[in-house]
Amino acid sequence: MSKSTLSTQFRKVDVDEYNEDNYTEDVDQTQEDAGPNESEVNSYLMQAKNLDALQVVLKNPPVHSKNQQTKDRALELVIRVLLSFKSSDIEPAVKSLDKDTIDTLMKYIYRGFENPSEKSSAVLLQWHDKASEIGGLGSIIRVLTDRKRV
Amino acid sequence: MTEKHSFGNEPITCHAFNRDRTQVAISSSSNQVHIYALKGGAWEKVYELNEHASRVTSIDWAAQSNRIVTCAADRNAYVWQRDSAGDWKPTLVILRINRAATCVAWSPDENKFAVGSGARLISVCYFEEQNDWWVSKHIKKPIRSTVTCLAWHPNNVLLAAGSSDFKCRVFSTYIKDIDKKPDATPWGTKMPFAELMLELNTSNDCGGGWVHGVSFSPSGNKLAWVAHDSSISVADPANNPIPVTLNTDFLPFRCVQFVNENSIAVAGFDYCPMLFSCNRGINFVRKLDQSEKKEAGKLRYVVFAVAPRVVVTID
Repeated sequence: MSKSTLSTQFRKVDVDEYNEDNYTEDVDQTQEDAGPNESEVNSYLMQAKNLDALQVVLKNPPVHSKNQQTKDRALELVIRVLLSFKSSDIEPAVKSLDKDTIDTLMKYIYRGFENPSEKSSAVLLQWHDKASEIGGLGSIIRVLTDRKRV
Repeated sequence: MTEKHSFGNEPITCHAFNRDRTQVAISSSSNQVHIYALKGGAWEKVYELNEHASRVTSIDWAAQSNRIVTCAADRNAYVWQRDSAGDWKPTLVILRINRAATCVAWSPDENKFAVGSGARLISVCYFEEQNDWWVSKHIKKPIRSTVTCLAWHPNNVLLAAGSSDFKCRVFSTYIKDIDKKPDATPWGTKMPFAELMLELNTSNDCGGGWVHGVSFSPSGNKLAWVAHDSSISVADPANNPIPVTLNTDFLPFRCVQFVNENSIAVAGFDYCPMLFSCNRGINFVRKLDQSEKKEAGKLRYVVFAVAPRVVVTID
């Protein structure tokens, strides 16, 4: 049998590239987000001002950035802040946020779920519980559909 | 005051009421359209429209001229007319699309209808007396994905189309020999055929989701649409260049209808129609289905009778 019939290289060709009507995402060239201000957040955490740290860390999510590192750094920062809260403090903290910030918080919570560490999942679940009470199912839907990803 | 009527065991794909709501044309996930008539409080099947080769995706019933237009996944549309014997006779409309038709709507004057399709274009069809057949004209640019929903402006020229490229657009469908020249509207003054009057994003920036439903207000000055990111948006270009969006807590809505100039009714995956007001921002008013029992199946359409009585189809 001739060997070439066993070749599956053709399966690696992306035929959609060659389709002239191909849908391409709108390239957003305008903003390069830097993400939340690290030093500010760190200083709040050291002073045990968790609430302020939370507000700052959720304020400028790097949604437009193409740099994966910026996004990963922001995620790490957010998770650190979330883990620093005591269980009883989570509910009032969520209540202090506005609608759009809760959507951002939800996005980070789900990203945090993707890489579970020793105790992060349990804490994140508590945050998820309180956030979804206020944000409703709509905030979870927006994690899935919003093309501005953290 | 809600009435519940059952039409078999299959999900209802699409439906259309006649002018006085005594008859309804329904298609339940099949190639056929069944016409039911209201006899003594119950719906009885009186006719079967059997012409499409695959699943019927949308039906519209012209109130004044009593014609039905159906479109299906077989890339065709048929206009059905009642003859003297009371039978519905189909006329094929060549849409010239190479993908399934998704939605169809008669224009307010019923001399045209628009068909949205997966071929990323809208087919606007009108009847040409000379050749005695329906002609279609295409609106293609700049639609980049499937057209999911359509709504006509009361001036019979402007057409709003929601699409799965996350945008809602208003086009002009002015056809020289059929339409009178339209007056200026908040959506623009010059309206040649296929002119894009306005392109609106769902939600803000490039967030958003597929647009599931779109509706003009009774005056035509406002446009509301609902998208898969659980948002409701209302555009009012006369008063505000930027549309107002509300990100709701509910699951996404599938359909939207203006009840009057300031209220919209929506329904969707939460199994419950809801009322929102759109005066000064969009605000939740109340759920329209007060019963606690969960009805099965997501709502696809909300239809309003002349007096604000809601007739809901649940599949």
